[in-house]
Amino acid sequence: MNLENSIEAVDLTKYYGSLLAVDHLSLNVKKGEVFGFLGPNGAGKTTTIRMLVGLTTPSEGSALVAGYDIRTNLVEVKRRVGVVPENSNLYDELSVWDNLLFSSRLYHVPRRERAERVNELLEKFNLRERKDTKFGKLSKGLKRRVVISAALVHRPQIVFMDEPTSGLDVVSALSLRRLIRELGEGETTVFLTTHYIEEADQLSNRVAIIVQGRVVAVDTPMNIKSSIRKAPLLEVCLSRPPDESMISTLEEIGKVENKNIRLWVETSNLTTALEKISQLAKQHGIEVTDVNTVHQSLEDAFVAMTGVSPESMKIEKERRH
Amino acid sequence: MITRDEFRGVFYILLKDLRAYYFKPPNISWGILFPLVLALAFTLRNPTGLEELAPGLIAMSAVFGTTSMEAIVITFERRTGALERLLLAPISTKSILLGKILGGTVFGYMISGVMTLIAVPVFGMRIKNLAWFFLILTLTLLSLSGLGALIAVSVKEVFEAQTLSNYFRFPMIFLCGVFIPVSNMPWILRILAYILPLTYSVDAFHSLTLGSYTLVNMLFNMTVLSAYSLVFFILSDFLLRRSLQ
Repeated sequence: MNLENSIEAVDLTKYYGSLLAVDHLSLNVKKGEVFGFLGPNGAGKTTTIRMLVGLTTPSEGSALVAGYDIRTNLVEVKRRVGVVPENSNLYDELSVWDNLLFSSRLYHVPRRERAERVNELLEKFNLRERKDTKFGKLSKGLKRRVVISAALVHRPQIVFMDEPTSGLDVVSALSLRRLIRELGEGETTVFLTTHYIEEADQLSNRVAIIVQGRVVAVDTPMNIKSSIRKAPLLEVCLSRPPDESMISTLEEIGKVENKNIRLWVETSNLTTALEKISQLAKQHGIEVTDVNTVHQSLEDAFVAMTGVSPESMKIEKERRH
Repeated sequence: MITRDEFRGVFYILLKDLRAYYFKPPNISWGILFPLVLALAFTLRNPTGLEELAPGLIAMSAVFGTTSMEAIVITFERRTGALERLLLAPISTKSILLGKILGGTVFGYMISGVMTLIAVPVFGMRIKNLAWFFLILTLTLLSLSGLGALIAVSVKEVFEAQTLSNYFRFPMIFLCGVFIPVSNMPWILRILAYILPLTYSVDAFHSLTLGSYTLVNMLFNMTVLSAYSLVFFILSDFLLRRSLQ
């Protein structure tokens, strides 16, 4: 194993009966990075995580997690990873304190360090005032904080986060993202799956996109974004929709997307393109009302690679819950 | 090899289950009320011969004390994802199951203990050998709690666990000598009775209260109950691990 890697998966494959959920997936996750793992619903994200944390056995292939083989040394793997599942699955009947203490016991945190560690997490996640509140009585946002605290109680080397901000209000989601960023700034490796593509863009050092159980791209969000469109994009707003002749002339500059009174023009030279568009518009009696350069988003890249819009994914996911 | 960490895991899961599920006021009150109501019902129905019936009532309390909660706790945790949390921890599935089975056993002690405390002064039941009684009760609770775990890992929903538990509970109550001695039953029912673990518990409790027990008889019942406990435990572990495949 490369010592710089936290996770090394080679040809990881999972069949459920005849259904191929993960298809010879290989990837490396570096120590201390936030690694975004994106894909449409049913692409194999959760199955991959379940294999890496020992909740299901791979049909083929293998992986080293924190330096240990998931097939032969699972207990050592489990000692070194923390998991934040999609559902807040702590014990409703136990208080925040008791839940965290139970997690620390389960992960063999030495007795004399337990209370100190739990207190430290309560402080870090701003939960001190809620320490005696039963988990079942907490709001969704607070529950997520407790679940993340429980995953960190044994100071894991790697934290797997499955949709950590799903279903949260804007303020709670923002605060959680800040916490994830802080984690990534430390030595902890964060393996993050989310259907909020912008969230992955903001938080991840690198991103993998998985489609039908196969990894189709692994790179920095910046490189993935630029891989789908090489030339810069110019957005021009017009006083009225352009006619066909204007569009065909514009296509000499670069690829044009006509969005009614908005035009997206792909061009290698923004200044020349803008001059030509202004001239052409004038000739057609159209006024240019606004001009912007459009930055490619990770979401655009995601749609281009998967053919699925994150919005439809989100709706489907919410319907399933 | 069972390491110290595994032992601790078993203990903390047991402790957590007792706090989160078993030692809740409704369960404690049910645990006390159930044997009380049962004893009262039999006293009112037929005040004579209660001494003879008492060992069966203790066995029946053990059945309900263990299987009623045990199967539900595991299936409930499976539904909420809390069981997954345990499966993610660095302990074996055997330790997880043992912690769960001991939780059911402790709750079973409570209910059968209350029934025993009623049976001694009210029904005039006399336990001739307390050590054997304690050992047989422990093995009865372990085997029945193991059965509860086996039922729980075989199904997905809480209601399925309850229904499946009843398939075992009611035949055990009627076939295992709680009300009618096994020797008085038709041969086909006798065969069924000898398949069920409670038969050996009731037999042991009867001979321990009537004073007819022998070392051979006790060792035999002890061995059978231990074997059932082990088989239920191994099967539960096998099914739980298979669900992770």
